[in-house]
Amino acid sequence: MTDILMPALSPTMEEGTLAKWLVKKGDTVAAGDVIAEIETDKATMEVEAVDEGVVEEILVEAGTEGVKVNAPIARLSGGTETKAPEPKPEEKAAPAPAKAEAKSETAAKAEPAPPKVASAKTGTGERIFASPLARRIAEQKGLDLSAITGSGPHGRIIERDVKDAKPGAKPAATAAAAPTERRGETRPVQSLQQMGIPEGSYDLIPLDGMRKTVARRMTDSFRDVPHFPLTIDLEIDRLLEARGRINKMLEKDGVKVSVNDIILKACAVALKRVPEANASYSPEGIALHHHADIAMAVAVEGGLITPIIRKCETKGLAQIAQETKDLAERARTRKLKPEEFQGGTFSVSNLGMFGIKSFGSIINEPQGAILSVGAGTKQPVVRDDQLAIATVMSVTMTCDHRVVDGATGARWLEAFKALIEEPLAMMV
Amino acid sequence: MDFDVIIVGAGPGGYVAAIRASQLGLKTAIVEREALGGVCLNWGCIPTKALLKSGEVFEQLHHLADYGLAADKPRFDFAKVVERSRKVAGQLNSGVGFLMRKHKIEVIEGTARLEKGTAAPKVVIAQKRGGERTLQAKNVILATGARARTLPQIGLEPDGDRVWSYREAMVPKAAPKSLIVIGSGAIGIEFASFYRALGAEVMVVEALSRILPVEDEEVSTAARKAFERRGLKFRIGATVKKLTKSKTGVVVEIETGGKTETLEAERAIVAVGIVGNVEDLGLEALGVKIEKTHVVTDAHGATGVPGLFAIGDVAGPPWLAHKASHEGVHCIEHIAGQPPKNLNAPIPGCTYANPQIASVGLTEAAAKAAGRKVKVGRFAFRANGKAIASGETEGFVKTLFDADTGALVGAHMIGAEVTEMIQGYALAMTLEATEAELHATVFPHPTMSEAMHESALDAYGLVLHA
Repeated sequence: MTDILMPALSPTMEEGTLAKWLVKKGDTVAAGDVIAEIETDKATMEVEAVDEGVVEEILVEAGTEGVKVNAPIARLSGGTETKAPEPKPEEKAAPAPAKAEAKSETAAKAEPAPPKVASAKTGTGERIFASPLARRIAEQKGLDLSAITGSGPHGRIIERDVKDAKPGAKPAATAAAAPTERRGETRPVQSLQQMGIPEGSYDLIPLDGMRKTVARRMTDSFRDVPHFPLTIDLEIDRLLEARGRINKMLEKDGVKVSVNDIILKACAVALKRVPEANASYSPEGIALHHHADIAMAVAVEGGLITPIIRKCETKGLAQIAQETKDLAERARTRKLKPEEFQGGTFSVSNLGMFGIKSFGSIINEPQGAILSVGAGTKQPVVRDDQLAIATVMSVTMTCDHRVVDGATGARWLEAFKALIEEPLAMMV
Repeated sequence: MDFDVIIVGAGPGGYVAAIRASQLGLKTAIVEREALGGVCLNWGCIPTKALLKSGEVFEQLHHLADYGLAADKPRFDFAKVVERSRKVAGQLNSGVGFLMRKHKIEVIEGTARLEKGTAAPKVVIAQKRGGERTLQAKNVILATGARARTLPQIGLEPDGDRVWSYREAMVPKAAPKSLIVIGSGAIGIEFASFYRALGAEVMVVEALSRILPVEDEEVSTAARKAFERRGLKFRIGATVKKLTKSKTGVVVEIETGGKTETLEAERAIVAVGIVGNVEDLGLEALGVKIEKTHVVTDAHGATGVPGLFAIGDVAGPPWLAHKASHEGVHCIEHIAGQPPKNLNAPIPGCTYANPQIASVGLTEAAAKAAGRKVKVGRFAFRANGKAIASGETEGFVKTLFDADTGALVGAHMIGAEVTEMIQGYALAMTLEATEAELHATVFPHPTMSEAMHESALDAYGLVLHA
């Protein structure tokens, strides 16, 4: 007697819906027969019988949702006497392999917890091609293979790629072999003429250092960081009201707190409340930052720069307001010191003053997320089933999925929303 | 431009490079002064294997009783043994001709020399059929090979009669009753093994402290014992003072540790090394750098003279056909702008004596000299089922692993058919396997290759059958 188990259709699948049975109690099945259809959020796949036998009992009815992987779904008799084509003892108890899945995956599942190979896969589960020796050396040195460019056949990582590499160091370009594409290098660019724009029909502004840096950093980040946006609407009437009162208080000191200053403060407090969002990906692990160093994007002539309010969570609004004013002024006159704009653990970019409703920014590596702030506008809202008017502001959080998963980002936005919609909460 | 590539020399380096060039769409010509296939195919690797097979089968006939068999008075017809060897070479020679036609490679029979040209040197060919032909290509590859080293001042020079190089040794009219082989590298040992198998009294003279000096010392020692069991005699650490010819044969004066000795035999084979064919090619005028009769090149075969490359024996040791082919393919791909595939390919070496010897990677001494800590595994064929069943229990497999990383750094084998097995380790090294992959690989039973598995297991104290 053999139990047929709920198969895992992908390495990450934990449960699924048993959509349909294609056999019924008493049916005789042969190995390879399609016996059921399984649905996940992503796909529907067929389940094949591994053994032959008679269906003795259907344990999970068709249409049942949330069936856990490896839960018995049916019982087959006569299975033990007849060997499957591949007589691996483990396979008997193993889930019936789904048709679309590679056999190796089933085999791997059946084995008792295979030893973990150092960084055999990237954070996103993509396979890394590396020689056994390269893997061994990487493991010994604590190198992250996903950060290394292979110089072997088909980009395979081989001994020489890891031999002299140091943990955390950027991959060294191997002089001996220069594959055409390399991480960190921009792709070959066609001339404008090649793309159909005749010479003389435009003015050419040479690339200055800032433009080159913006181009390189944004290209690297957009291409290499697996990013995704999360957007939420915030009602900011209370914030605006609080700001009015705060500014009245500070009038005598000549300090004026902007909406953006309050947003910076709220970001910092939210990062303390959801510290997993205050994180950076590094080959050695995920860095959880002790402080919320908030970088704010400042548009300057010919580009932009992101000066940083350090330990923003420890600072009062008056101090933040003074710092942002000073940093923004010096940013525009390009008088910032490198330590004032390098680093940072989280960024805020605000285009609300231009009337932009919402937008998604590109992550400023190595930060784990960036918040894009849109304009606050009066909008109809439904409150207690009644139409009402509220000042609504959309914000979009772009997350580095390697460190900030969707749920983490959502929790952070929830904390942030609570602070923005009730600024008093920043006091507690 | 007449051609994209002209290759000078049609040995295993040159003709393989020509095929690869043609595959990549390069217009290719190859110049050969003698025979397609070069020394390897006509006077080296291949015809000697034919001779050695005859020797091996004949030797087996003396051990028929071991297998429960019997035959009356085994004998051989030496002329037919040689004839078979020549036929084999001839067959392969015409095979190369076919390959050149198939790939539309122009074969020019003649002797080339180089002159200053544009982009690459011009190739001036004195044609066999008469007349001179001057060709200009974008790239020229020298694949002129090498020849036996001679030392005429002490008489180590083939005379075509009693003193032989590999060449004369392959086609004598009769098998000598006695033979002195000077030099115990692969060439010397193979001829010694062959003529001993046919019953000759063979003495091998080696100047260094052990035979097969490039092999791992344990293999050298085991090989010597195995050969001595077959009746070969050795003089080790012996310098040849002079070779003279007597009325009936040769007299070789040697000195071993201050003691002189006079050896006599019907014939002598000179196998004291190799010199590159770098003469009369016009290389000096072009400014090609030559060191110890070999052209100096970079990792891609470039000589430093624009458009001129060199591969194979003429570009330096190891003097092996497969190394020449590998370099030829690599050089052509480099010329065609392709990224290098395997610059540090481990090059296996094989000696087809009885027993056979094969190795790849570092010897234990070389690994230690390079400062590597190694784990050493050994497994003897006498504990291998297939070897026992075949009556071929001589020899062993030795493996070396880097103690820190588990990388396979060298493998050394002696025994029956080990030359057919060594590529398993060569593949493992090319794939950068560690002990884990070799341990995890399933070796078929019963085969002699199981000893390869056991040796890798032994290095980590996991040997199963010992």
